[in-house]
Amino acid sequence: MALFRRLLFAALCAGLLSGAVATLAHQFGTVPVILAAEGHEPTPAVGHEGHGHAAWEPAAGLERIFFTALADGLTGIGFALLLVSAYALRGGAMSPRRGLIWGAAGFVVFTLAPSLGLPFRLPGAAESPVFDRQVWWLATAVLTASGLALIAFRRRLPWIALAVMLIALPHVVGAPQPVAPGGTVPDDLTRRFVLIATATSLLFWLSLGATTGLFYRRIVQRA
Amino acid sequence: MNDQAVVAPTGVVTADGLRVAALAPVFLAAFLGAFLVWGVGFAQNDRLHNAAHDTRHSNGFPCH
Repeated sequence: MALFRRLLFAALCAGLLSGAVATLAHQFGTVPVILAAEGHEPTPAVGHEGHGHAAWEPAAGLERIFFTALADGLTGIGFALLLVSAYALRGGAMSPRRGLIWGAAGFVVFTLAPSLGLPFRLPGAAESPVFDRQVWWLATAVLTASGLALIAFRRRLPWIALAVMLIALPHVVGAPQPVAPGGTVPDDLTRRFVLIATATSLLFWLSLGATTGLFYRRIVQRA
Repeated sequence: MNDQAVVAPTGVVTADGLRVAALAPVFLAAFLGAFLVWGVGFAQNDRLHNAAHDTRHSNGFPCH
């Protein structure tokens, strides 16, 4: 399992670095807006969104920041593992610059395409059932990734036509919409959140692309 | 594991076709990555949800 250990180590290095970038971007960018939105909720913080019973949640302040940082790091490692696996399957020499292209594709697959149908939402916004949204989100990511792979690696007209159909399909079907409009979040706060979250996500994916390209070359491709 | 498969410019996919033996560790890495993303972004466990709450909203994972 020498290859697995190398892939894992490369993903750990890239994921932790990019997770740290995401943590900084979130704490200074998105989290203040999330906290502001929670201030508009009828029952702020404790058991919000009507879970009915109060499950454990991190205390405000350092504990909450710690768990967000932990989740950001694990997200970074998880997506980094997917990227380095793709590099190994695809083959060919990697570099930070090539990694940037993969990172941009990751942004399109996991942020841009899903957010066309399910825009970034703040706590307290009106939502459709979470399971329906998860299914649509995952299907959109898988279809968009398949379409982009066909365009990048097949480059023949019939395949590109199929790719366009795959990428368009979830948007033609349409994302699940909130049963009732409304919610407690002011519109200007939502607009600000969409802008900041899109920017921090782009930063994360470009960082993840460059660092996975770098560590894949140094750790996996090193003889 | 044959390191040549890793170092070769064509990676683990060679002109001879897929090197099946080299694919297992790659799929294991991809599966572990998908599992981590699922745990942080999608698992419907209240504690996991609350711990990863701000990350889920910031990344646009469906939340609540």
